Amino acid sequence: MAHLSNADPHLDGLGEVIHDEIVPARAPWLHRVRAGQTLRIVDLEGNQAVDFLLYAAADDAERYSAQDTIAAQGNLFLRAGTRLMSNEGRPMMTIAATSVDYHDTIGGACSCESNSLRYGHHTKAQHACVDNFLEGNLREGRGKRDIVSNINFFMNVPVEADGALGIVDGISAPGLTVDLRAEMDVIVLVSNCPQINNPCNGFNPTPVRMIVSA
Amino acid sequence: MVALNDPLAARAHARAMEGTVAEAMPILPPVADDVPATVAPRDLLWEETIAAGGYASRRLSRGSQLRLIDVAGDACASILLFNAEMPTERLNVADTVKVQWNAYLGAGKLLLSDMGRVLMSIVADDAGTHDAFCGASNAASNARAYGQGTNSGPYPNARDRLLLGAAKHGLGRRDVHPCINLFKGVKIEEDGTVTPVLGPFAPGRAVNLRAEMDVIVVLANCPHVLDPRPWSITPLRATAWRGPVTAEIDPIRNATPEGRRAFLNVEDYYRR
Repeated sequence: MAHLSNADPHLDGLGEVIHDEIVPARAPWLHRVRAGQTLRIVDLEGNQAVDFLLYAAADDAERYSAQDTIAAQGNLFLRAGTRLMSNEGRPMMTIAATSVDYHDTIGGACSCESNSLRYGHHTKAQHACVDNFLEGNLREGRGKRDIVSNINFFMNVPVEADGALGIVDGISAPGLTVDLRAEMDVIVLVSNCPQINNPCNGFNPTPVRMIVSA
Repeated sequence: MVALNDPLAARAHARAMEGTVAEAMPILPPVADDVPATVAPRDLLWEETIAAGGYASRRLSRGSQLRLIDVAGDACASILLFNAEMPTERLNVADTVKVQWNAYLGAGKLLLSDMGRVLMSIVADDAGTHDAFCGASNAASNARAYGQGTNSGPYPNARDRLLLGAAKHGLGRRDVHPCINLFKGVKIEEDGTVTPVLGPFAPGRAVNLRAEMDVIVVLANCPHVLDPRPWSITPLRATAWRGPVTAEIDPIRNATPEGRRAFLNVEDYYRR
């Protein structure tokens, strides 16, 4: 008979849980995941963009590269099976499974400064992902130049035939997940996106759950 | 082989090379007979042909114009941009496509920094095939494609070329940010598939970039990372000249509300 805790649907299919944490709405999260471990991100309330960067634990000048990832698979969208590549052409993590069709890696992270372009200077004082990325990185001696094009899990950025692109209504839903298997020891840096001027968080930032399993 | 067994003989040998002309080299002082008639010779800043597989980097002042020419139709200009006085501010490819609501680069488009400012704008473009998504080749991808990919070998990769160009302005591995590839293009299909548009193209296609801030430009000229052909790359010509700071009535400055605010942010930065 299954233990009561195994009734938690967010743990389905995972091995031994070694870390389990709720990241509050609008907050940063920094965590190390060792090679072979799996990080599951749970979109608890649905359509919550999770801005995501990776650094190689052994050498943090090696980091996630959206462009190397796109070039390696010949496709913009991140799906089950996508290998998240480093700027030196090595796989850092693999999307082992996801219950969302695809995730974004071209939309970047919101910042106070880009918000001033996208929406107007009245939004410059609002909290933004780049500030979360900075806060997380500064704890470990990294800084602004360590912030590169990121992943936005649970965010939808279609590109139309004429090149028109934009962040549109999400295709995620409460309880949907993405599982990331580490191919090397990595530092995961997340901004649980605080944006309130576009649909990336359904205009309502919400918590997400981070589960690391062996 | 000449005997060079004393310093004076070595000096004479070295000095005898003066005046040698190579396909890829800078011209000092710069001379170019094909710049717009409005450009006075004293305003020429840079004339250099960048080798197939080569790189270059240079500081350009606000208002200067950089013209890149795909001389023989098979160049691939991978470009990094930095704010010259504060290089932690650099080209942000994601913001460039997101803020302008479009995946494709061309005349009138802005190259935006991560600080909500415009580093350079594309003032003319008769290529039309550019790529903001695939980035630079690296040692591993060139090793797969060509058997080797190091700076010291015959098939250098774009990332390591950009790294050398950036290093000559005091920058390092953390600074080689996502790049834009000029002259080699991509088409994005509805399912996200990236279809490369690699030519070769007609010779002589040009892209003119105007510096909207004092910038460091780093260029690498290596085959596009998705180029399936055997090593195919031809020289890239760079010419730059001084020009005025972009006027408030400039049509590119005023083309979109997002762009206008990017110029307002630049003007605010230089309000000192």
